[in-house]
Amino acid sequence: MSASGDRRRASLASRGMQFAFVVILVGVWYLGTTYGGISPILLPNPVAVYHELMDVLATGEYVSDLRITLMELVTAFSISSTVGVTLGYLISRSQYSIRVFEPLFAGMYSVPVILFLPLYILFFGLGPASKIALGVTTSFFPIILNTIAGFGYVDRIFVLSARSMGASEFQLFRWVLLPAALPIILTGLRIGFTVALLSILGSETIASLAGLGHRIVQLGEGMDTARMFAYIAFVVVIALILNMAVSTLEARAKRP
Amino acid sequence: MTMEPGTVPAPPNRTAWQRIKKWFLARPWAARLVVILMLFIAWEIAARFFVDKIFLSPPSIVFTSLHTVFETNGVPRALEISASEILVAFLMSVAIGLIVGLGVGLNRFSHRSFMPIILLLYGTPQITILPLFILYFGIGPASKIAFGVSHGIFPIIVTIVAGVQNIKPILITSAKSMGASRWHIFRWVIFPHMIPSFFAGMRLGMTGVLLGVLLAELYVSTAGIGYFTSLFTQSFNPTKLLGLISVLAAMAIGLNEIVRRAELHYSRWRMN
Repeated sequence: MSASGDRRRASLASRGMQFAFVVILVGVWYLGTTYGGISPILLPNPVAVYHELMDVLATGEYVSDLRITLMELVTAFSISSTVGVTLGYLISRSQYSIRVFEPLFAGMYSVPVILFLPLYILFFGLGPASKIALGVTTSFFPIILNTIAGFGYVDRIFVLSARSMGASEFQLFRWVLLPAALPIILTGLRIGFTVALLSILGSETIASLAGLGHRIVQLGEGMDTARMFAYIAFVVVIALILNMAVSTLEARAKRP
Repeated sequence: MTMEPGTVPAPPNRTAWQRIKKWFLARPWAARLVVILMLFIAWEIAARFFVDKIFLSPPSIVFTSLHTVFETNGVPRALEISASEILVAFLMSVAIGLIVGLGVGLNRFSHRSFMPIILLLYGTPQITILPLFILYFGIGPASKIAFGVSHGIFPIIVTIVAGVQNIKPILITSAKSMGASRWHIFRWVIFPHMIPSFFAGMRLGMTGVLLGVLLAELYVSTAGIGYFTSLFTQSFNPTKLLGLISVLAAMAIGLNEIVRRAELHYSRWRMN
């Protein structure tokens, strides 16, 4: 009884600490920008940022940029997940091809893919195509590596026992290989989704004509810092929601 | 690959093809080399016969004219600056990450209070605040180092906290009951247990630092690497662009490999 009370008190104290941390942060920000004489171009007043955020949400001017970014994300993720899972499955069919291809993909995975952005801009221009290409390249490697790991290392005893009970190729795939591999593949898909989102936002920031990353840069270069902060907050929330949704989907699909 | 029941084992005088096949089956690395070679040949053929010269150069020309990249005025200096930015950002991430990680991981109260905040920050896309880094730190090395640190620090903190938390309480209890002081516990129980996760964190941190510094470098297109990549892109010079990208990729792979080797070396004691 008293132990649980202690724990509750300790967790309450932690919540209080977190709350105090956020309050102090925002308080210092507010006081510094209101009375501290910090230039609003460098750090806008939180109240101004809030008003700008409400304005952005009310006028709905974010819709076109959000649509472009999401379209790029969905296209890139569809391509990389289809190609990655299919290719990974084909490679995982023989131990020999796993040993040939897996180190190859693992080695390529250690190259920072962002380096290819200038090349993709040369190939595909400044439009959505170069962002999609970068998103595909970034998310392809975690997806294919996890697919190979998922299908390739299913315990042989399961495969043998299913075979000896007379399972057909399809039954073997549907009832043995897929359930065994799915959790690992889903993790790969989640990682792929997250890094695709990051690389698409990144490439929009570096060189593009539209999209949320582009909007933030444009406002920053126009010294409209309050609105830029509002957009940053907007994008961060969108990204957190997307990541949370994918993690939840992963956890639900993993449940037997 | 499995033999069908009833097939006769191959006679000793096999055909050349069978012998080649057997040789490759025993050596996956050779098959891997062939795959890489075929990719390069495909690239060479595509660049020579199918793709316009202003978009793609064949690998033979890219690698034989690698020296022209270094002869371009300012490129060696820019590469040097990038390398030093990566180094400084990495050392700073390790130092700060170690201090914060230990502070958060060794104390239950601060762990419960600050870990959710750290995980939330780790989960936010930092790329969105890249323009702010440029606004605050200018277009010089400072902004790139700061952005690299912002990418490298979180994986280091998270792995160090996980490493410290994973120590079995029984080890600390037994050390305490044998009369170890706080410093002794840290030096002889916590510290050796931390080393593998410390190096794992360093590897993830290096990946993050590389990403952060390169993102900031590419974003600032008026100086450094970003200036040259956009210069080569806009002047449709794929030979030099591919050369510069290859040099940077080699640098990134090399740095990753050094940290990975160190990780393998220092976590050996746990495996046996």
